[in-house]
Amino acid sequence: MAANNLKHALFCAVVTLVIAYPILGLNLEAQGINVTLEGADASTVISVLAAAVVVFLFQLFRDNILSVLKSVPSPLPKSQKEPMAENKRARIESWVLTGIVILALFWPFFVSRGAVDLATLVLIYIMLALGLNVVVGLAGLLDLGYVAFYAVGAYTFALLSQYAGVSFWVALPIGACLAALFGFTLGFPVLRLRGDYLAIVTLGFGEIIRILLNNWTSLTGGPNGVGGIPDPTLFGMEFGRRVKEEGNVSFHETFGIAYSGEHKVIFLYLIALVLAVFTALVIRRFMRMPVGRSWEALREDEIAARSLGMSRTAVKLSAFTIGAFFAGFAGTVFASKQGFISPESFVFLESAIILAIVVLGGMGSQIGVVLAAIAVTILPELAREFSEYRMLIFGAAMVLMMIWRPQGLMPVRRIHIELSKQE
Amino acid sequence: MLVLEDVHTHYGKIEALHGVSVEVNKGEIVSLIGANGAGKTTLLMTVCGNPQASSGRVILEGRDITRAPTAEIMRSGISIVPEGRRIFSGLTVEENLFMGGFFNGKAENRKTLEHVYELFPRLKERELQRAGTMSGGEQQMLAIGRALMSKPRMIILDEPSLGLAPIIIQQIFEIIGHLRDEGITVFLVEQNAHQALNLADRGYVLETGRIRLQDTGKNLLANPDVQNAYLGG
Repeated sequence: MAANNLKHALFCAVVTLVIAYPILGLNLEAQGINVTLEGADASTVISVLAAAVVVFLFQLFRDNILSVLKSVPSPLPKSQKEPMAENKRARIESWVLTGIVILALFWPFFVSRGAVDLATLVLIYIMLALGLNVVVGLAGLLDLGYVAFYAVGAYTFALLSQYAGVSFWVALPIGACLAALFGFTLGFPVLRLRGDYLAIVTLGFGEIIRILLNNWTSLTGGPNGVGGIPDPTLFGMEFGRRVKEEGNVSFHETFGIAYSGEHKVIFLYLIALVLAVFTALVIRRFMRMPVGRSWEALREDEIAARSLGMSRTAVKLSAFTIGAFFAGFAGTVFASKQGFISPESFVFLESAIILAIVVLGGMGSQIGVVLAAIAVTILPELAREFSEYRMLIFGAAMVLMMIWRPQGLMPVRRIHIELSKQE
Repeated sequence: MLVLEDVHTHYGKIEALHGVSVEVNKGEIVSLIGANGAGKTTLLMTVCGNPQASSGRVILEGRDITRAPTAEIMRSGISIVPEGRRIFSGLTVEENLFMGGFFNGKAENRKTLEHVYELFPRLKERELQRAGTMSGGEQQMLAIGRALMSKPRMIILDEPSLGLAPIIIQQIFEIIGHLRDEGITVFLVEQNAHQALNLADRGYVLETGRIRLQDTGKNLLANPDVQNAYLGG
């Protein structure tokens, strides 16, 4: 066994060297017009070698180390507490959530502009993920082209404002409804499909929308995108330094305060917050309603659901439509936040990230999805320093998650009784 | 109650039912027996409209439902216990039962629920347990209970004895007899021919998509052909 370990340990150390040295040690340096390959300096080489040695030693004595670790008793005794009564837990949960929302309302006034901007993005992702959660998590329909509905919402607002001068508040319901209409339309051809086939068709749909936006230059401006999308107004008050539209007044003049660029950012954040809370509440309500239960029934067992008289058509279409509706919401907010949109923002990777959020959070669980949205959006921002490795870290995190917690961060809890252990 | 007239059903190009005529009268238990692949499940699925009959007619309480969508058929006083139970294993027993009464009012469901618990006291004991953690027999009871929640006038059972212990099968068949006493028409599809025919008022024998024999349950049991083919001689 020792010889086996030695061989394995040597192999691991060599792999560490082979992988670590080129990544950490070799640099491409631009010297004038030529690019030269620079070797590593001494300290890097030493640390790479040290790492290899550590790997080698760990692998060599792996069995001993693991047995020592196992023999150390865990400091936390397994919790013996009684399972809380379900309604009590629900009450605590709703109080905690209300508290978090109230905190979130006041939070932007004390932090930097960048943080608020990032938080707005997080809220947009929360809306998207909650919407996709209906389709994937509740109804069990794997949708890889969800970003298409997001694009529909964003472009609806952008184009309406460009061609018809429509404001944010009017465009919001229009964008959402149009996205819902697209969801409904997509629902029809995919009714009969399941699993992989459904995933491929939705993937194709997402690409169709993106390519259409990219190529319909006369309407959408193609790859150049649409710019000059107006900011939302508060009862006719604009947040810019100067009023852009006739008849409007500016926010800072109305209240007699000094102009600050932060007002707009905070206002957008608050809009996104309200809409995200609205989304969460509406979908929560849906989950309790018969339509929500029929989504879950169809996901659990299609034949059983149909044998009880549920219409497959109605159930699937409603899931697609409602999911798309909230993507349209998020799209409108996104367009307003960015002020400029192009097909670049709606590539497949976006769909994949939203799907990753839903899976990471735990299919069907709202709190889990919100947490995952925060994690997935903020972590890459925090990890900006190692930006080259961001996607690597993201991928590794996903793989580890799926191994250790395949049910997601916070899987849905259902009412059930715990059987007490027999004496 | 339920009449099938010369029903042909196809899966693509393959014809699974070659002109089947079956009649189930109000208040009876009718058993349909047949070997594997005879078309028993296909016949039931045709009644439910999935797949629809390619020719012939299916009439439920005087109404032609041959071309009606499945969802509509399943809401018109008929209820099916699908093969292999197909309960919602992640839901509790109570939630499963409420799914059965999906299209009824809450107060009405409460009443029906009490009734189902009277029929199956075991389900009452397990009210809050996840359905997937129960034994096969209990799951079958749940599947029947769920089908009853929509207050059907007719119930179709697809192999309720599948994979159950003999003593549990006995219980299930007792309950089926009890359903008839309550005035529910029962259409029973079984491989367990002896029990099914014993209980049935009338029976049909299906063979490779055609009805071979039809008679009262007792006569079929006594029929030497049936004994040879399905009752092990």
